[in-house]
Amino acid sequence: MNVAVHSFRPEPGGRDAAVSLRNLTRRFSGRDVLSDVSLDFAPGEFVALIGKSGSGKSTLLRAIAGLDDGVAGEGTMTVPPDRSVLFQDSRLLPWKTVLQNVVFGLRAADADERGAAALTDVGLAGRETAWPNALSGGEQQRVALARSLVREPRLLLADEPFGALDALTRIKMHELLLQLVRQRQPTVLLVTHDVDEAIKLADRVLVMEAGRIVVDRPVTLAHPRAKDAGFGTLRADLLSALGVSDAA
Amino acid sequence: MTLYIDALELQAQMLRSERPAPEARSVSRRPPQLAPGRLAPGVILFGPVAFVLLWEFASAVGWISPKFLAAPSTAIVTGIELLRSGTLADHFLASAKRAYLGLGIGVAIGLVLALASGLSRIGEASIDGLVQIKRAVPTLALIPLAILWLGIGETMKVALIASSVLVPIYINTHAALTGIDIRHVELARSVGLTRGAFLREVALPGALPGFFTGLRLAVTTCWTALVVLEQINTSEGIGYLMNRARDYGQTDIIVVGLAIYAALGLGSDFAVRFWERKALSYRKAMAS
Repeated sequence: MNVAVHSFRPEPGGRDAAVSLRNLTRRFSGRDVLSDVSLDFAPGEFVALIGKSGSGKSTLLRAIAGLDDGVAGEGTMTVPPDRSVLFQDSRLLPWKTVLQNVVFGLRAADADERGAAALTDVGLAGRETAWPNALSGGEQQRVALARSLVREPRLLLADEPFGALDALTRIKMHELLLQLVRQRQPTVLLVTHDVDEAIKLADRVLVMEAGRIVVDRPVTLAHPRAKDAGFGTLRADLLSALGVSDAA
Repeated sequence: MTLYIDALELQAQMLRSERPAPEARSVSRRPPQLAPGRLAPGVILFGPVAFVLLWEFASAVGWISPKFLAAPSTAIVTGIELLRSGTLADHFLASAKRAYLGLGIGVAIGLVLALASGLSRIGEASIDGLVQIKRAVPTLALIPLAILWLGIGETMKVALIASSVLVPIYINTHAALTGIDIRHVELARSVGLTRGAFLREVALPGALPGFFTGLRLAVTTCWTALVVLEQINTSEGIGYLMNRARDYGQTDIIVVGLAIYAALGLGSDFAVRFWERKALSYRKAMAS
């Protein structure tokens, strides 16, 4: 079987990289979950990270997000301070209204105006005073997206943000995310287990296995990405890197 | 209506043959009801009303002697008389003052202890064990010491009510504070919340449902403690009224006292539930 190219980007990523990781290692109870990961993301680059469960992809995202204190490990990171995380669950606080959730922790004089604008961007204008419990799962995740984007992050870290949504809602969310990312140009790291999602959205796909990046491929297909021959080849390559042979 | 007829038909068929024919079963289309349906509002009162009617009936036909237990109607007449003379209002106010003063102090102390214990490790190490021990000791067992320390006056009564009230407030608020959703903590960190803002915006609102559970238990607890304490050296209060009535064998006044305790307990619980519904209104919102 012809495994996809193992091409790490040429070192060093230099000063203009948005994210720069060197020899990042993380251990849980003596086992290396991340081993010696070195990566650079260019500013505005949309990177998708795929891998099987337990491959370490979420651990990498949490390390970059700074949410893994108490975890043993070493390595160096250069990460922009203005980053925001989009979790798999929307994590809305049920006792705050939709708008209060969007501007949660945002210290700005015009927070409410910006929050309302972000809600308009995700198609939820007019729902500012609704309680999160009154929204559908897809709407809740759109509020979470607004909460991430209202901070104008230079780095958006998304940990399987569409994993819990139904297929139709997911397609809409893909378009919304692409559109908003194009407007605001943050660097994006999207962790997903969905190869199609990765190819559809990202400029670059990383495959992780046992704590290492084993595939690093640019995606040069033109947007919007239809499932054509180029898509199929890349998909087959990535799936085989994940150890899955795809009959379809 | 159709169902009723169906049922009759079914019955007729059952009568015709001892073993119902297979098609007899398909007559009733209604699926078996596995969970009981919801009661219409007010129907919950059926039990209490039936009980009072039965009691009145038993008194009227002479099954229950008035020396043993007064009839509800007698108690109502006595209650109205006591109300007219102003006696009841005085005793009622005396009881309510004790109960609610104790409740207020107990809730305040319980809340402060729960916050100190739920939000800091030093607090938890110093406070939690003590409250758990206090919880294991019945309030009644503290009466002798409380009398030695505080005398037999109002202070002792209010202090004991407060000490029994603080336990449910503490336990429930503390549990809610320590059970904060770790995902919310992570979110707060990822948006760079300060500790003060975290307390205000995440920890306290998150603990509010626990506090209300504690408060609902506390309002009942304070009246329970009051009943016992009003048997000790009082010259006013519902408990005093009932004790004196016992000496004179006035079962009607005892029934009036019991009814007042019941009404106060239920009323307090209702008030807390009303407040809880308003404060936690976000919970009622449901996805369409």
